[in-house]
Amino acid sequence: MPDQRAAPTLPKAPTGIEGFDDLTYGGLPAGRPSLICGAAGCGKTLFATTFLVNGATRYGEPGVFMSFEERAEDLSANVASLGFDLDGLVAAGQLAIDHVRVERSEIEETGEYDLEGLFIRLGFAVDSIGAKRVVLDTIETLFAGFTDSSLLRAELRRLFGWIKDRGLTAIITGERGEGQLTRQGLEEYVSDCVVLLDNRVDDQITTRRLRVVKYRGSAHGTNEYPFLIDHAGISVLPVTSAELDYANPSGVISSGIAGLDAMLSPGGFHRGSSILVSGGAGTGKTMLTASMVEAACRRGERCLVFAFEESGAQITRNAASIGLALDAHARSGLLRFEAARPSLYGLETHLARMHRDLDRFRPDLVVIDPISALRGPSNELQGALLRIIDLIKTRGITAIFTTLRSDGSLIGDGDLGASSLMDAWIKLQNMEANGERTRTLYVIKARGMNHSNQIREFLMSPNGIRLVDAYIGTAGVLTGTARVVQ
Amino acid sequence: MSGSPGLADTAEHYRFRLFVAGTALRSLRAVESVRWICEAHFAGRYELEIVDIYQQPELAERDGIVAAPILLKIAPLPERRIAGDLLDADRILRGLNIPPATEAQR
Repeated sequence: MPDQRAAPTLPKAPTGIEGFDDLTYGGLPAGRPSLICGAAGCGKTLFATTFLVNGATRYGEPGVFMSFEERAEDLSANVASLGFDLDGLVAAGQLAIDHVRVERSEIEETGEYDLEGLFIRLGFAVDSIGAKRVVLDTIETLFAGFTDSSLLRAELRRLFGWIKDRGLTAIITGERGEGQLTRQGLEEYVSDCVVLLDNRVDDQITTRRLRVVKYRGSAHGTNEYPFLIDHAGISVLPVTSAELDYANPSGVISSGIAGLDAMLSPGGFHRGSSILVSGGAGTGKTMLTASMVEAACRRGERCLVFAFEESGAQITRNAASIGLALDAHARSGLLRFEAARPSLYGLETHLARMHRDLDRFRPDLVVIDPISALRGPSNELQGALLRIIDLIKTRGITAIFTTLRSDGSLIGDGDLGASSLMDAWIKLQNMEANGERTRTLYVIKARGMNHSNQIREFLMSPNGIRLVDAYIGTAGVLTGTARVVQ
Repeated sequence: MSGSPGLADTAEHYRFRLFVAGTALRSLRAVESVRWICEAHFAGRYELEIVDIYQQPELAERDGIVAAPILLKIAPLPERRIAGDLLDADRILRGLNIPPATEAQR
């Protein structure tokens, strides 16, 4: 038997689960059993299935799924929605599913016995397809079927030892128990790697979280990481990296508004900068960002818009009224809207989704409209916002955040000067004077460039957004009709 | 032994399948014990199939075998399973839900 533990670095078996392999620096320990535990409905079976399917399809490692709960056909049906074709993999000899039915009343016991039947079935399945990966889901069911728990424990210890001897990378799932990780204390036997899945409800909003409790012989991320289960399967988002070591992309990008570009000395914003657009209701924040998005798409850049208050279709329609053809860009695939109500998910889930979408779509420009819509406990919100900004910055993506708050704070009470994290800050303001209201725009700051300090009048027309120099006379700034008269 | 007068009315035909794991002492004891019980109680009206799960793992999978040794009563229905080294004849007969009347031999 080749002793993998003797290798200088711990060999790992990638799970193919986005993010998880990053935070464990490569995946689960190869040739050893790992324990995945959590309460009912946490995604244990899905995690395990994903591990097997990816093993078979991406890493050339066939796998055996030994299910103590679900029948093979139920298992296939449950994951079919994720695009996993278990039946196809079984037919191709990449996967073997063995359903072990254990029912309490069924078996009488007299005298000594062992679980050799289980070993042999597992060995048979492993040998029949040359499996490298094994899932036992949920082996604790055995404790319901047999009464002699000390015998079961001894047998489980032997089973995990057997898995190690065979060099199989295995996932053992276990139901969360009172005061310990699993009901039967499986963590005592599977001691190499333990992953805890959690599904917490706060304020009626559920957030899934994952934590690597231990990983013997390897460094790993120790935090709780939010993870997602949706049509794309599982993704884990290690969102806590907070480095200021940004790749700083060079170049200047036009905002698509000639008047605004003219206010900035290089003729636009630095690529990769974070731009805050603040202003009250009806000041034109969304349309300003739409202009910038349209300009970026015209340059052939990819844009991703996270809209929290309007649907993509609504923004597209509204933008069309000022002559911006966003729909064409959406059709060509350069522009994508991700619209979701802020209350639909918890903060962590929103963040996790953003992270995933950023990595999948790989945009050049990201819009979060408005970032002030995100809600949550203020201590969490602050951290979350910092991480969103960080997430985008580390990727060198140009970002536009809008906020309804005129003081530039992203959330309530002004407790977070997130504006200080921004490279540029455009303020939109309605000015009321002489019986009329005019929209105005000015640049509060723009790092790394000279910019105009004047207030401009901000006009929206069917031909786009236009900035007009306000008249500055002895009587002060004149806008609207007063400017025209002057 | 077959043809004992007390068995005539309950002369059902029994089918057993005994799964053992290899030739360990425990397996051998179980085989011996089950043979003895069958001969003692169902002589001439039973079939006993002994399966070594090492030799025929696919049968273990088909019958959902986890523990070994394990004795399956396949006929008459309902099916019964009893795991262990099967040394205690009374418990086995009770476990297999075999009416005491058939034990009237001794």
